[in-house]
Amino acid sequence: MILSRKWLNDYVDLHDISDKEFNDAMTLSGSKVETIERRDAELKNVVVGRVLSMERHPDSDHMWVCQLDVGQAEPVQIVTGAWNVHVGDLVPAALHKSVLPGGVKIEKGKLRGVLSNGMMCGLSELGLNAEHDYPYAAITAAALLNDYKPLDKDKPSIPADIKPGDKVFGPVVCGRVTGVEGDGFSYDVQVYDGENTHAVKSGCQNLHEGDLVAYHTKAQSICTLDDLHAQQAEFPHCIPDGIFILHEDGIKPGDDLAGVIGYDDSIVEFEITPNRPDCLSVIGLAREASATFKRPLNLHTPEVKGCGGSIADLVDIEIEDGDLCPRYTARMVKNVRIAPSPAWMRERLRNSGVRPINNIVDITNYVMLEYGQPMHAFDFSCVEGGRIIVRTAREGEVIQTLDGNDRRLTPSMLCICDERKPVCVAGVMGGANSEIVGDTAMVLFESANFNGVSVRRTAMSLGMRTDASSRYEKGLDMMNTLRAVERACELVEELGCGEVVDGVMDVIAKDKKPTVVKLEPEKINRLLGTELDESLMREILLSLGFTLDGDSIIVPSWRGDVEHYSDIAEEVARFYGYNRIPNTLMRGETTRGGFTEAQEFERSVGSTVRALGYDEIITYSFISPTYYDKIRMPEDSPLRSSLRILNPLGEDTSIMRTTILPSMLEIISRNYSFRNKSARLYELGKIYLPREDGLADEPKLLSMGAYGDGIDFFGFKGSIEAMLRELRIADVTFIACRDNASYHPGRCAKVYAGERELGVFGQIHPAVAANYGVDTEIYTAELAFDALCASRGGVPVYQPLPKFPAVTRDIAVVCEEKVTVGELEECIRRGAKGLLKNVTLFDIYRGPGIAPGRKSVAFSLVLRADDRSLTGEEADADMKSILSLLESELDAHLR
Amino acid sequence: MKQQLEAIRRNALDAISGAETSGELDALRVRYLGKKGELTAVLKQMGKLSAEERPVIGQLANEVRSILEASIEERGKLLKEKAMEQKLLAETVDVTIPGTQPKIGKKHPMYQVLDEIKDIFIGMGFEILEDREVELAEYNFTKLNVEEGHPAREWSDTFYFTEDSSILLRTQTSPMQIHAMETKSLPIRILAPGRVYRKDEVDATHSPMFHQIEGMAIDKNITMADLKGTLNEVVQQLYGKGTVTRFRPHHFPFTEPSCEMDIQCHKCRGAGCPTCKGEGWIEVLGAGMIHPKVLEGCGIDPTVYSGWAFGMGLERMALGHFKISDLRLIFENDVRFLEQF
Repeated sequence: MILSRKWLNDYVDLHDISDKEFNDAMTLSGSKVETIERRDAELKNVVVGRVLSMERHPDSDHMWVCQLDVGQAEPVQIVTGAWNVHVGDLVPAALHKSVLPGGVKIEKGKLRGVLSNGMMCGLSELGLNAEHDYPYAAITAAALLNDYKPLDKDKPSIPADIKPGDKVFGPVVCGRVTGVEGDGFSYDVQVYDGENTHAVKSGCQNLHEGDLVAYHTKAQSICTLDDLHAQQAEFPHCIPDGIFILHEDGIKPGDDLAGVIGYDDSIVEFEITPNRPDCLSVIGLAREASATFKRPLNLHTPEVKGCGGSIADLVDIEIEDGDLCPRYTARMVKNVRIAPSPAWMRERLRNSGVRPINNIVDITNYVMLEYGQPMHAFDFSCVEGGRIIVRTAREGEVIQTLDGNDRRLTPSMLCICDERKPVCVAGVMGGANSEIVGDTAMVLFESANFNGVSVRRTAMSLGMRTDASSRYEKGLDMMNTLRAVERACELVEELGCGEVVDGVMDVIAKDKKPTVVKLEPEKINRLLGTELDESLMREILLSLGFTLDGDSIIVPSWRGDVEHYSDIAEEVARFYGYNRIPNTLMRGETTRGGFTEAQEFERSVGSTVRALGYDEIITYSFISPTYYDKIRMPEDSPLRSSLRILNPLGEDTSIMRTTILPSMLEIISRNYSFRNKSARLYELGKIYLPREDGLADEPKLLSMGAYGDGIDFFGFKGSIEAMLRELRIADVTFIACRDNASYHPGRCAKVYAGERELGVFGQIHPAVAANYGVDTEIYTAELAFDALCASRGGVPVYQPLPKFPAVTRDIAVVCEEKVTVGELEECIRRGAKGLLKNVTLFDIYRGPGIAPGRKSVAFSLVLRADDRSLTGEEADADMKSILSLLESELDAHLR
Repeated sequence: MKQQLEAIRRNALDAISGAETSGELDALRVRYLGKKGELTAVLKQMGKLSAEERPVIGQLANEVRSILEASIEERGKLLKEKAMEQKLLAETVDVTIPGTQPKIGKKHPMYQVLDEIKDIFIGMGFEILEDREVELAEYNFTKLNVEEGHPAREWSDTFYFTEDSSILLRTQTSPMQIHAMETKSLPIRILAPGRVYRKDEVDATHSPMFHQIEGMAIDKNITMADLKGTLNEVVQQLYGKGTVTRFRPHHFPFTEPSCEMDIQCHKCRGAGCPTCKGEGWIEVLGAGMIHPKVLEGCGIDPTVYSGWAFGMGLERMALGHFKISDLRLIFENDVRFLEQF
């Protein structure tokens, strides 16, 4: 909501409150100020000047040297290149060291050797335009023959030495202006045609004594460029632009221009919460401001004189669905005179962010801003049958809206219709078929109440959120329609733009009783933690327009958001001051709080993985269905059935992931494409497995991923082993996994803690890596968080440090290629007779000396007894037992 | 013999002081003091001396021996020191050459902020609650006093899994309030962080998935003053002692009264600067007293119990905390970004 503070002052006088004070106080009472700007922040030292005299510049064919009265003792000399200025005109004069909108600084200087103490301004230099802001300042240029520049130097259409009386073409001759007098809109011009002097009327502003013009002898008029079918380039200085000649009442030389053009105003932009549509209006904000600053609210009751007749004789209104349109109020205006609205109204509209159009349209916008009630004006001659029917659209109906687009309507959309067709999409936008145009004579003002949800859905499905619809969608005050239409008609009379027919059509299809809430001061104090007097509460409520009847609070119709004592508590708190409520700490029963064991474990997992050099990532929970193919997930995998978002942003984020792998690979791929040489990443993220009831099981997974920096299978496996050990997960085994299509079939393993499967890890299949545009080895792990958590060990128990020396024996055994190190190790452990403390692989050899298809595997064995020094014989006995088991079970022989 | 001993002494001392290595010194020891050394050789001739001369020469010989021994020892010590010096010199390194660093992984910057917040609330007796993200509209909206027809329920704003709009991706962490009220015994103090989802296109400030942190306390006699006091305390811990806050009225369907909390801009102290976009204040969170209708809907008697709740956006906090300019960086996970924090 954009508010003009000058306008607000009509309702609550805050002229002495600075913008900063206003900002802070309104924000703290609940109307949050987003921005507040002085309209004249970029308009300094620009004043009204009167042109006292003007002479042609001695060294220029198009500039004028003017003397201006700017309210100072001496006139000021300003040079201008504009041709629409005449002696006696009032103009905006940007003096030496002035600032114009956009931060443009003006200083004195010389123009072709002549001093200019500033600049006269055109509309655009002031941030204005003729079409909307100052229609009276539009310029029509006459074609001045002394400005003629032939397009082709060798073939001029008009000779350079043309003189009065020479023929231009047909009945058009050259004439010299010998006198000009006018009021800025119409000029009496003396034109000498070589023989006679004619008195001619002209609306062209660029005529001065001595100019040569194209005089139309039959029409007795001065030709414009259009009349001559000339191009702009042929008359470079005869342009529809120039200085803004001021025609405002009561202004004099020296007046600050900001006040003249309505820039002496502060524009406030509020963030209004959706529960307060009443604050989307000057009056609504005035009410808040009045309660905030404790100043009287000066409301005004519109008065309409009327011109006789009866609206009932002219129009009939029918509401088909009272839920969608609880109330429809209308008045009629006849003998309408469409014209620009007055400057004060245009200024207020502009300072509220609305473009002025014409008096009738401007009145509807003005009333919408002032009362918060959207209004619509129909050209009643276009309403067939003299009937307004508020109904839903019929299948296939189409309406062209005011923005020129054809809209296909559906039966859920509410429309304002005549007997045959829709003329307006209710609460959204009017139809082009009943638009207010220049010759509109009869206007029907609509001020209606529509169902907010219905308006919002209609606006949304038509893709056209308008000022009106965004107000309606929040649910407006039903009681406001009559006041608003009365105000519109009052303005019609004030502006003299038509005659208001007597009588109001006011159809109430669904009435609403006022809400009543009990005033319970103790309850309010108990909720707020305050000890406020009931009298203060009453005072606040009264200042906001609530009525009190004993301890019954009657909620005003515009406060649909208030229905409960807690709402009353908020009203009291807002105006007592949130920041005056004390700050206390909760008393009462203390709660234990703290992290759960699983949460603690999650933190340990994170810190362990980070200690191993892995950075944490956060990835989207939704993925593209194509990602399953990208990781080569089997067609029949149950993980392919994922929860599908019916209205996703795009396919890439359309299903809930059932695997965390693609998310990790996306990030690896991205880092790889960023040319990051290596990355080690982890995520503790959820997957979403569809359930029968439509919801999802959402288990957490730990995913790890790495590439580059010389990482290989065993380096990656080592990280996982180190992590599991750090988390005190015991009895870890690895089993080769050849059937996970996402992984390299020879470099993938499932991880177990005892019988419990923790997950899978390995090198990503090169084909999958290629799908992600990565041509280096990628390693990933997917471990189930719940399984990790369930496998975590308890508090470690101290093992006495060895007191007796150990015996180390290295052995190398030769076995078949297919025998795994894991099997050998497990066999060694079983073969030992209780003295073996540690087995470490230290070499695998294939080559000369070893038969093809076999390999030599070397281990270092540590044997020790806890209670004595081992003798060589004891160690030998264990070794013998180990070697014989290796031989018998695995056909592995000492090398 | 006396001259002989004198000569040995002179020559030996010269040689010892000229020895440059411990090897040379050892050779000198053998040459003069060894079993076949020069001094020994002289002593072997003692038998030829008279009884008067013998003690005199003997004494002299012992003197020479001990002088030489002391001299060798001294020289040896000196040489050792010299050798150590040289060794150390040879081992000198350029200390400006970078060290070999083991890589330590980083916690995601956003979760660094989250953990800090969790710790603060844990210290105040709160527990951390997590719950489902695929949620029922009933919990995400209805029970939170967001009625049918509310704009937030539109398909343009919320991701749905069912045509009847009954199952969705939660748009806020607030449904965890409902889960807590329905399952936990009173009093309740929870902090509930998590992922939430809204239909926003990705840009510098929006993401269809983001994080919120919900906090809630319900007990007998909980007041808005408690809400203010608790949040003030949290802010002091999070942003430092002396952080100034202000509370502004606001609107949320599930709290009444509702507010937003701002902290005074630490850069300009409220005067207005680019950091706070000229406002002097930075919005931190939304909060309020739990709407009695919401309590009632969860079977808690609002005439006996009351509570407050707050919610804040984690992304915005992290962005502000680390001065990150673009939200997309958070989910891009470029290691060059992650390793800065």
